[in-house]
Amino acid sequence: MSAAPTTETKPTPSPVETITVKVDGKAVTVPKLSPDHTGTMVPTNMIQACFAAGTTVPHYCYHPKLPIAGNCRMCLVEFGTPAMGPDRKPILNADGSPKITKAPRPAIACATPVSPGMEIYCSTPSVKQMREGVLESLLINHPLDCPICDQAGECKLQEYSVDYGQSASRFVESKVHKPKRIDLGPRIVLDAERCILCTRCIRFTRDVAGDDALGIVNRGSYNTISTFPGKPFDNNYTLNTVDICPVGALTSKDFRFQMRVWFLKETKSVCTSCATGCSITAGSREDKVYRYEPRENDAVNATWMCDAGRLNYKWINRPDRLKDVVVRGEKSNWTFALKEISDQLAAAPKGSVAIIASARQTNEELFLIRKLATKLGAITDSIPRIGSGDSLLVNADKNPNVNGARLNGICFTETGINLAKIASGIEQGSIKTLLVFGEDVLKRSIASEQLKEKETTSEVVEEHSITATLLGKLETLIVSDILPNQTTKLAHILLPGAAHVEKRGSFTNTKGRVQKFMQAIQPPGDARAEWEFLHELVYNVTGQNGFKSIEGLFNQMAKEVPAYNGLSWSGLGDTGATVAI
Amino acid sequence: MPQEHRLILKNIDQPGYTPDIECYLKHGGYEVLKKALAIQPKDLPEGKKQSGPEQIRDDVKLSGLRGRGGAGFSAGLKWSFVDRRSGKPIYLICNADESEPGTFKDRQIIHKDPHQLIEGMVISCYANDVKLAYIYIRGEMPEGARILNQAIAEAKAKGFLGKNICGSGYELEIHVHRGAGAYICGEETGLIESLEGKRPYPRIKPPYFPAVLGLYLCPTIVNNVETLCHVKHIVAMGGAEYAKLGTPNNTGTRIVSLSGQVKKPGYYEIEVGKATLGELINDPAFGGGLRDGRQLKAIIPGGSSSKVLKAGERFKLKRKAEGKEVEQEVGVLDLPYDFDSLAAAGTMSGSSAIIVIDDSTDIVEALANLSEFYAHESCGQCTPCREGSLWMSKTLHRLTHGGGRAGDADYLVKIADNIPGGRTICAFGEACSWPVQSFVAKFKDDFVAKGKADEEKRAKESAAKH
Repeated sequence: MSAAPTTETKPTPSPVETITVKVDGKAVTVPKLSPDHTGTMVPTNMIQACFAAGTTVPHYCYHPKLPIAGNCRMCLVEFGTPAMGPDRKPILNADGSPKITKAPRPAIACATPVSPGMEIYCSTPSVKQMREGVLESLLINHPLDCPICDQAGECKLQEYSVDYGQSASRFVESKVHKPKRIDLGPRIVLDAERCILCTRCIRFTRDVAGDDALGIVNRGSYNTISTFPGKPFDNNYTLNTVDICPVGALTSKDFRFQMRVWFLKETKSVCTSCATGCSITAGSREDKVYRYEPRENDAVNATWMCDAGRLNYKWINRPDRLKDVVVRGEKSNWTFALKEISDQLAAAPKGSVAIIASARQTNEELFLIRKLATKLGAITDSIPRIGSGDSLLVNADKNPNVNGARLNGICFTETGINLAKIASGIEQGSIKTLLVFGEDVLKRSIASEQLKEKETTSEVVEEHSITATLLGKLETLIVSDILPNQTTKLAHILLPGAAHVEKRGSFTNTKGRVQKFMQAIQPPGDARAEWEFLHELVYNVTGQNGFKSIEGLFNQMAKEVPAYNGLSWSGLGDTGATVAI
Repeated sequence: MPQEHRLILKNIDQPGYTPDIECYLKHGGYEVLKKALAIQPKDLPEGKKQSGPEQIRDDVKLSGLRGRGGAGFSAGLKWSFVDRRSGKPIYLICNADESEPGTFKDRQIIHKDPHQLIEGMVISCYANDVKLAYIYIRGEMPEGARILNQAIAEAKAKGFLGKNICGSGYELEIHVHRGAGAYICGEETGLIESLEGKRPYPRIKPPYFPAVLGLYLCPTIVNNVETLCHVKHIVAMGGAEYAKLGTPNNTGTRIVSLSGQVKKPGYYEIEVGKATLGELINDPAFGGGLRDGRQLKAIIPGGSSSKVLKAGERFKLKRKAEGKEVEQEVGVLDLPYDFDSLAAAGTMSGSSAIIVIDDSTDIVEALANLSEFYAHESCGQCTPCREGSLWMSKTLHRLTHGGGRAGDADYLVKIADNIPGGRTICAFGEACSWPVQSFVAKFKDDFVAKGKADEEKRAKESAAKH
């Protein structure tokens, strides 16, 4: 991995040397150098200048985060450069404008650097004809099986066919048949007939994921993407190839035939599987999440995410989700339960309450818990969750918001160091009430041989000293969680919580990037986002108010918690902001 | 009467001439190398000094030598593009991937006079400060590879290769690399990829111009076998003297591979432009004419990818005569066989492989054959060529197997028009589409007639069924 997408892009040094070119007659000034896929500054290409001018250049193989291949030929454009006299000065037309010499041959916009005074022509009849020619070539052997293709609706062949396609094919020969439903690896299926051989997948896995797993076999029109014999395509980033495949050649076994993409609502969200916090788009329909896809964020994940994180959404729709408020074994309701909790906490002697929050909770929730803890003099901590990381995106810290917990004062240096104190407090009887948010405190560390599989669900917990016997000594155990577990079974008061896609909020990732996420679906049954009932609890217990919306809550936190000073909910934008950690 | 002018082929096929180093040395071998290594720095007017290698490079420029591989690009100019300030090693690769159908000149040199190539290479490498060179030889030529490896071992043993060549302190290694059998490996950047151990996908230019970012992304010179041999003769004669051979801008000699329906197919070395196409085909010194009773139908003048010439075609050529440019009309057989005249006639001398087609040949079948070759050899990297080459081949297969349509002639040209002219990464796009464009343009009646006949036959069959 040559690029480090988790590092923030450095501010461009100024003054930036620029070049002014014309795109279809419109002048546009672009930097002379632009970052390539590794972040190295290289001459700006025509395609980048065209995009800067707001001109669309159709393309298949070009991808800003991959090395340039130049093989699809869809981005061919015509261009001209200023004619130079023998004195190396531009020759001028009668009207004083520079005389342009049109290049005799077209050039691929993705790989041709711009030069001062260059004129790029993207809409000449000849350019249109070339695009039509390329598209026709790509389609003659294509199966045209859009009705059963998962890519339909987000397919570049379909898209460009609108502008450059023909309603009827003049191809009367037999099509080339290639293998279909090829099992490339545990998560990827290849339909070689749909493939347009743009090699994005090959370049991604070789140059970004660092696993030279894919290549092309055979010649000419029979070219086929392939793995090495007997070597499955199974690294932890394979599903990115499905995203960047411009057609339906590579499909995800998980998403295949599950849902038409045009039915999916796209919600900006953040992955919760580790402390990297990749920006994602959650695809949902009617309160069911169907897929996660990485969302571009150069400060975090470029345009990639790991397979484990991507597939870690199925628990959201599990049928055994906690849906009811339960008070001492009886199904109850929020009004009753919150009143009971508020009364108990208000009456609790200082120091008799402990809170185990979760580093999977949002900054806003942790901020509210801190307020509650301060009022109650409660000792707080959170459960560490450590697995293995890699050099690309996966962080060894499997909690998405440890920095949020730290900055909000739930745990000061690292998570888990107060757990022993809480255990001894319960043992000695000084702690009588325990609030647990989103953690199964009875879960124990997982043997390393099981780690690999379990990692995909981020359920890697470190050893600590809280046991079921200890929990049994408590006067009141209040648990808010999403799924049933050993701890929820022992709860005196059980509150059903919401998954991140069922609420709004923000996380602070391992590098201090604060990112917000939006609500994609409704929580099931009586489940509620924790911040919603926490603000009631905080009001009831402390008398402080003003946290009724997530925007207000975040802005309040930004005012009160020094680390977040200066931030605002709206100012976070789609890609977040970085705070010192 | 035009005659052969044997410069490269001087010793080849002479009785008793063998490819071993003893024989080569007996015939004055490696003397030119010694001469090249002994060239002393020369004082330039501005007080600077010009080194021996620089003088050789100048001489090659002065000679007007044009590449003998196919494109006919100035060898001296190619060398002058080499990035000599990058600090990276400069590589030289001898392109011995002779695969253009109809071409069989380089293999004569490799098989019969390998030391001439090695001497030419050592001189060229010395001139360009190259310490490591490769001979990329076509996979289908294992015997050539064996001969070259033996020649390299012999040259090394005699001190013409390796460390301290001829006591000059200059050091060079040459490795022979065998291709795996693909036409596209003759394209210089495809060749470089293949040499690096990858699929021979030609590279995009920009940025991968071999002179700057070639083998292992270092400055690289890729020259044809014959071109490198010429360097030896340029150094032996001096560039100015060499330039007197041939015609202006088309200097030196050239080996022509003559094949097809002539009485005496074979390889003939001529001064460039000093013999016409007609002479090469009909003169007793060369092809000796067509087989008895046959009429000339077409000539493929420069390897199978060059545009076909039709018997009886006439061209208007611009000529410089007595300082003035005059236009002159010439028949196809009177075309001087050189780079510029054939380019002016809308085709090219390419790899100087002339394929003669007489009236016994079905021109549609001939094109179908060529197209099948190109469809098989397209590397498949870029879209227009990958899809277009097979499309054309399938159409021609249909047209030659009873499934033709009268409209197939136009259909074929439309397919072919989508491939060349800078739409593809390498010149293979032109190579596969030019034959189709030119065959159909010049022999359209044959294509239409074939299609029509098929249509009528099908109509009759269908009527008989009902």
